[in-house]
Amino acid sequence: MASAETSAAALVDPFTPQIYRVGRVHRELSDTVTLELSPLSGARPDFDPGQFNMLYAFGVGEVAISMSGDRAVPGVFVHTVRDVGAVSGAIARLEAGATLGLRGPFGTGWPVAAAQGADVVIVAGGLGLAPLRPAIYEVLANRSRYGRVVILFGSRSPHDLLYRREIEQWRQRLDIDIVVTVDHADADWHGNVGVVPALIPRAPFDPHEAVALVCGPEVMMRFTIAALSDAGVRPDRIFLSMERNMKCAIGLCGHCQFGPTFVCKDGPVMRYDRIAGIFAAREI
Amino acid sequence: MEGLEQILRRHQFFADAGEDHLRLVAGCARNHRFDAGEYLCRETEPANEFFLIRHGKVALEMAAPGQPPITFATIGPGEIVGASWLIPPYRWNFDARAMELTRAIGIDAACLRGKCEADHDLGYEMMKRFLPVLVNRLHATRLQILDVYGKR
Amino acid sequence: MACASLQALMDALAASKYEILGPRVRDGAIVYDKIADVSELPAGWTERQEAGRYRLERRDDTALFGFSVGPHSWKRFLHPPIETLWTARHGKAGLEVEAPDEPTPKFAFIGVRACEIHAIAIQDRVFLEGPYPDRGYRLRRQDAFIVAVNCGQAGATCFCVSMQTGPKVESGFDLALTELLDHGRHEFLVEIGSDAGAELLAKIPHRPAADDELAAAEAVVARTAAQMGRRLETDGLKELLQGNLNHPRWDQVAERCLSCGNCTMVCPTCFCTTVEDHSDLTGQSAERVRKWDSCFSLDFSYIHGGSVRKTARSRYRQWMTHKLASWIDQFGTSGCVGCGRCITWCPVGIDITEEAAALRAAPRTKRETHGGP
Repeated sequence: MASAETSAAALVDPFTPQIYRVGRVHRELSDTVTLELSPLSGARPDFDPGQFNMLYAFGVGEVAISMSGDRAVPGVFVHTVRDVGAVSGAIARLEAGATLGLRGPFGTGWPVAAAQGADVVIVAGGLGLAPLRPAIYEVLANRSRYGRVVILFGSRSPHDLLYRREIEQWRQRLDIDIVVTVDHADADWHGNVGVVPALIPRAPFDPHEAVALVCGPEVMMRFTIAALSDAGVRPDRIFLSMERNMKCAIGLCGHCQFGPTFVCKDGPVMRYDRIAGIFAAREI
Repeated sequence: MEGLEQILRRHQFFADAGEDHLRLVAGCARNHRFDAGEYLCRETEPANEFFLIRHGKVALEMAAPGQPPITFATIGPGEIVGASWLIPPYRWNFDARAMELTRAIGIDAACLRGKCEADHDLGYEMMKRFLPVLVNRLHATRLQILDVYGKR
Repeated sequence: MACASLQALMDALAASKYEILGPRVRDGAIVYDKIADVSELPAGWTERQEAGRYRLERRDDTALFGFSVGPHSWKRFLHPPIETLWTARHGKAGLEVEAPDEPTPKFAFIGVRACEIHAIAIQDRVFLEGPYPDRGYRLRRQDAFIVAVNCGQAGATCFCVSMQTGPKVESGFDLALTELLDHGRHEFLVEIGSDAGAELLAKIPHRPAADDELAAAEAVVARTAAQMGRRLETDGLKELLQGNLNHPRWDQVAERCLSCGNCTMVCPTCFCTTVEDHSDLTGQSAERVRKWDSCFSLDFSYIHGGSVRKTARSRYRQWMTHKLASWIDQFGTSGCVGCGRCITWCPVGIDITEEAAALRAAPRTKRETHGGP
C-alpha cells in the first residue's frame, strides 16, 4: 500500500536504540510532560511531521511517541508524553540530564507539502494536538503557500488544553482561524462548550478546496471524519493518524496490523479513503 | 414585518423555506438584542419564545447550589436556542445567557403553535427543521458524556 | 544414490561445519532436531493426522521419509522462538546499548518438503524484502543448505495442491531427493538445485538416473498429489474474506476456538513476535529479548485502555483473514502453504479449509453481529 509521505531512511540501525539525553522538561498538564531529547553523539535525524520514535525506558520497555516539535529546530527531538502505563509513566518521570534509548524516525508523515495550494483544516482532539503540532509549524512557516488555514481543537476540559499558551499566541495571528472547544466547562471558561465535530459546519474553509488533518481518540476521529465528509471534503483529502500496539515499529513483529496495513510503516498517518472500509468495522 | 422576513430567509434555520411559510412565521417574530451577561431565558420559566441567533454567542447553563452555573453547550450564529416550546408543559429546561452582545430573532411560541395547528403543512415544515437540530444535539451530548479524551 | 550415500551426504555436510538438522522421533512425534547419523531418521515411521489428532504409526516398510510434517517447521531455526536483541547497561555516560556478538551457525536442513520451501520463501519476503530487513534472519538464511524431499505420501490434512505449493519441489533447494522404495530397492533420486548442491553431490557416491527411475520418481509425486486430504478453493478467496467481516460464521468458530495459539506456533509462516525487557535485581543491566507471539493472545492488540481485539471472534477472524487475504496485500502471495498443521494441532479440530468453504457457501451476509467479551 502506498503511504502518505515517507522520510529519508533512518541513518542509524533501526533495531538498536541510540542514546539520547533529556534536556528541558516542561510540564504541560497534570499527567503530561514535554521532553526535549538530544543525541549523545551524532546529529538529530531529520523527520517528517507525523512520524514517531520508539522511546526506551531502561529495563521497562519501549513506547511509540510522535514527534511534537518543530522540524526546523535542529539538534532535538521534542516529545509530549502522557502517563498512561508503565513505560509512558517511566518516560514522563525522567528528569533533565537523564538518558534514554530512542529508535526512529519511523512511519509516514502528514502531507504538508502536497497540501500546498489548498485550504488546510487541522482538527485535533485532546492529546492529538501533539502529533499535529509539527505540521502546524511547517504550515505557518510557509503560510503564503496555503489557502485558508483553520485549526479546530477540542479537549475534555479547560484544564486539559494542551499547549494553551502557544494556542493563544497563534490566535493573535491574523492569517489563521483557531476555534477551541471543551466537552466539560468550568466556571472560569468563557469559550465554546461542545464537541469538535459540531465546529465543522461553521468553520471558515472551503470544503471542496480543503485538505484535512485529523488526530485524536478514534471515536472523535470517526465523527470528525463524518462531519468533514458531510461538509463536502473528499475522502482522499482527509488524513488521520492511527494508533495500534507497537513492538518493533519496523513491520516485523505483526502487532500493529490494522487490516492489511501495518500502522508502523503504512501509517501512522493514513489517507482516509484507503482505510474507510476497515475503519468502520469493529475490532479490526 | 418585511424586514423580519428578509432576516428569517437569510438565517440558516429557514434555508430554502417557502415564501408563504416565511410570511406566516414572520408574523410571530420580533427582534431581540441581548447585552453580554443578559439572559435569553431562565429554567422553569414558560417557554414563550424560541430564538434564532444572528450574531454573538449564547451559553446554555444549569445552576446548582453552592457552585457557579455549568455551561454544557455554546450556541453561535446560524443556530437556534429552544425546543421546549414544542412540548407541553412548554417550560425552559435550562438558562441561556448571552456571552457577548447577541442579536436574535424571537418567534412567539403560542402564535406559531396556533398557525401550525391551522396549517399542518407549516407544522410539518417546522418539525422537519427542528428534528435534525435536536438529533444532532443529542448526538453531540452523547459524545460529551463518553468522555473520549479521558484516561481509561 | 543408495541409502548409504545419505550418510556420506551428512558426513560431508558435517565436514563443512554445517549444523545438520532433520526429522527424528521424539515425544511421540516427528520433530526437527540435530541429527548426525542416518540411523536417527524416522525409518519405518509414519503419522496418522486428522483435525485435532496426531499419532505416530509403524509402517510396513523402512522408508526414511514416509511421513508428512510434524509440529515443527524450519522457522524454529531461521526465526528462533527466543532471541536476545541487545543488552543495556548504566555506564559512566549514562545508558549504553550493545548488540549481541554471537556467531551465526550454518544450518543444513535435511528433509525439507515442498510446502516448507514455499513457507521459507514466504518468510524471506517478510523478513528480507521490507524497508527494514531483519539482519539476524539474513545471517541465518544466507548460508542455509537445503536438502529437500519430495513427499511420498500426503497427510489427511494436507492441501498443498490447492495452494500450488507441492507436492513436487520445484525450486529453492540445493538438493532434492525422491525416495524410491519398491521391488526390493531403496534408493534416492537426487536433483541438483544449485551450485552448492552440485559441489556437495560431487563428493558422495552417486550415478546418473535411468529413465525408469525418473518415471518412478514422477509416479511417487503423482500418487502423493492424488492423496490430498483437504482442498481449499483459492479463487476469489481474498475478496470473500475481506468482504465478509461480519459473517455469522465467525461467531460459530469463536464458540469453539480456545485462543490457545497452537495454530500460530505450528504454522510455518506465522512470524509475529513480542519483546520482553528484563533487568537484573541491581537495576544495572537490562536486556531486550524477542519471542514468538500469537495474535490469539488477548494482549496482542493492547493499547492504553484495553485491547482492540477483545473477543475470540475478532482474533480468529484476524488470523484467518491475515493468512489468506491481507497477506496478499502485504507480501504479494497467500500466507498459507497448505501444510495442514493448523488443522492437525488445533485441540478442537478447527479446519481452515472448512471455515473458508462455509463462508463461500453463504457469502455477503450483511447482518451485524455483536461479539461479547
